[in-house]
Amino acid sequence: MSCAQVLYPQLRELLDHGAQLVEVLPSAEYAELHLPGALSIPLKTLDADSTAEVDRTKAVVSET
Amino acid sequence: MPGKVDWMARALPLEGEKAGEPRAIDLARTDVVTCGLQDSVASVRDRVTASPYGFAFVLGPGGVLLGRLRQAALENNPDANAEDVMEPGPSTTRPDILPDKLLTKLQDSELTTIVLSDPEGRLMGIVRRHDLEINQARR
Repeated sequence: MSCAQVLYPQLRELLDHGAQLVEVLPSAEYAELHLPGALSIPLKTLDADSTAEVDRTKAVVSET
Repeated sequence: MPGKVDWMARALPLEGEKAGEPRAIDLARTDVVTCGLQDSVASVRDRVTASPYGFAFVLGPGGVLLGRLRQAALENNPDANAEDVMEPGPSTTRPDILPDKLLTKLQDSELTTIVLSDPEGRLMGIVRRHDLEINQARR
């Protein structure tokens, strides 16, 4: 698995190809505003259970 | 990812409790006269005279904002090109700014309009102080 910062054009391309958005900010911030379709998995709760719904066959883009 | 800021700066849709709150882009006017660098002042002047704003914007490829042409410059330089008389690099702000915050900014700067652009510098419209004041009074 590799990590890289992506800007909007790359993000757009990733989303168009089925990438998943994960927001790791606190759930209160997620509730206020988040990108469409983003999953809420706050960083402090990140573990095998909380990430069970993440499709590991697809790219994951996290909002930090 | 740089974050919601970059996404919001492009006036892209959001979800959540505050997603429906109006942003500057919701009050933007998009009927400002625009032209290219090589357009003649003469071809722009009449359109500006007919518009409610008294100025035009000079755009480059992709709609990138390059400069502003004010009425006085258009009237005093009939034989020039837009590039010759424009004011380069007008100040802009992002479209996701909250209206009340933008109104304060305009009041503090004693400005009557502000230009909205996206992170690539593409023109998205203008917001008038008058429209912001009306918006604030309605809430």
